[in-house]
Amino acid sequence: MPTIVVQRPKLAWHEKIFLSGFLNGMRITLGHAIRTFKTLRGSKTVVTMQYPEQKWDESLPEHYRGAPTLVTDEHGRERCVSCQLCEFICPPKAIKIIPGEIPSDDPWAKVEKRPREFEIDMIRCIYCGMCEEVCPEQAIFLRKDYAITGTSRAEMVHDKEKLYDIGGVRTGLVNKWNDLK
Amino acid sequence: MQSILASFDLPLLIASLIKIVFLVFLVILPMVAYSVYAERRVSAIIQDRVGPNRTGIPLTLLGFKKDIQIFGIGGLLQPMADGLKFILKEDFTPRSVNTFYYWLAPCLTMVPALMTAAVMPFGSELDLSWAGLGAPFKMVIADLNVGPLYMFAISSLGVYGIVLAGWASNSKYPFLGGVRASAQMISYEISLGLSIIPAIMIFGELNLGKMSAYQDANGWLLLPLWGDGLSWSRLVLLVPIVISFVVFSISLFAETNRTPFDLPECETELVAGYHTEYSSMKFALFFLGEYAAMIIGSGLAVTLFFGGWSIPFGPWLSEWTGLQFHYEAGNTPFYTGLLHIGTFFAKIVGCIIFFVWVRWTLPRFRFDQLMKLGWLVFFEVALLNVFLTALLLWLVPLK
Repeated sequence: MPTIVVQRPKLAWHEKIFLSGFLNGMRITLGHAIRTFKTLRGSKTVVTMQYPEQKWDESLPEHYRGAPTLVTDEHGRERCVSCQLCEFICPPKAIKIIPGEIPSDDPWAKVEKRPREFEIDMIRCIYCGMCEEVCPEQAIFLRKDYAITGTSRAEMVHDKEKLYDIGGVRTGLVNKWNDLK
Repeated sequence: MQSILASFDLPLLIASLIKIVFLVFLVILPMVAYSVYAERRVSAIIQDRVGPNRTGIPLTLLGFKKDIQIFGIGGLLQPMADGLKFILKEDFTPRSVNTFYYWLAPCLTMVPALMTAAVMPFGSELDLSWAGLGAPFKMVIADLNVGPLYMFAISSLGVYGIVLAGWASNSKYPFLGGVRASAQMISYEISLGLSIIPAIMIFGELNLGKMSAYQDANGWLLLPLWGDGLSWSRLVLLVPIVISFVVFSISLFAETNRTPFDLPECETELVAGYHTEYSSMKFALFFLGEYAAMIIGSGLAVTLFFGGWSIPFGPWLSEWTGLQFHYEAGNTPFYTGLLHIGTFFAKIVGCIIFFVWVRWTLPRFRFDQLMKLGWLVFFEVALLNVFLTALLLWLVPLK
């Protein structure tokens, strides 16, 4: 078996009693302390982001998974057809859908269904993005909103109106319900 | 009855009471709170972080643009918030503990730490003749002639708190912490005591106030550059003094359970050591006791080696400026008295910053290394240092 004999380093006396190590360590920590102190005084921190004042919003990546929302398309139509796939796949069971029929005099009557109620409990939501992934109509998207706060549990449940409000309009992608395909 | 009442020195009692309230409640306890804050801020900047910078006096509510800041750094009310949090937390007593000792232990840590403050000379004299009070007041609660001995006697009682906490908690980690604490503190007590003997030999004095006065007139032990300090004898004696200062300060780290000797509560092995089972204000008392011991220890180091309350180059400064910066018994102006108090606490603050700096630099010792260092190195060094000092004092006697 090939072996390597590692030579122990020859230490000087000041290294043996940790004197130089101690002084070096003190020098390094002092250097860091002074450098960080200076940046703190200029109230610009190098590493730490001072959160409520400074935000990372502009540099959030495209794939960022924030609050799940519902979107309307370019005709103002609710994309959701209340198939309830998202409700079934949602791991923490945060989504609750009550489907409703679209009346026959509605211009989008051929879509047949849309949600009468659509609620996402943001206390339960784990931002996994499975709802977005499973949606056949591309109606639910995870947006970049991450600071979802409320003063009560009821406030933390996003209803349909709120979901469309955050979601906004998305164009393209799903054209099957349009007159001209 | 009359004779007993007459034997009370009422002005002395009132003056002592005022001094106790000032020193303990207005200086040491706030200082403890703020040294925790300093610990957090200094550790933060050493690790390139920011630290607690939010909690401030809400001046912005009153229409000001910014909170009060020192050196552009906020968060100055953090200690108050910490204290409030400790008070409001649930005071949980596990069912398996020995209740009486469990309650006694935090008090036994805190009380000795504060009791040692009694002999600490935190200033020279305060001349209050402008307020109609005749003789100047000595800025020490009890002017004992056995200052350091009293301090060691009382502060060594502090180990009982830790051992009792470890034992009464009835749980393995506190128990190990308590055992380690007792072994460590008893071993380092010896070198701590022996290391100050050279200093006492040079002073020829056991009264901490007189030590400070001597250093004020004749140069600090570690800075003999004025008065009688400018002599061959004092320069030669710097050698044993530096040795005893090194031994003293390292033993002080061990005695106050600070890193690199924080084995009784090392978080990586023993959860939180002897105070694992403690919560709320009882835990806070351990915390306060530890930091109070640190402040008092720094105070002793300052008094012995850095001239106590004396302003460096005091006699020279007095000559140059015409104002009086040095101490003269019974003839120290009011402003100098205040300056001396300020100087003393400034020196302690410096010591505490050093404590914190060392804590965030060094890793922890292993237990056997700690014991070896205490018994095989520092004990012998401190003992030989006593003989060395005696030899040097005999060869080059002081004036």
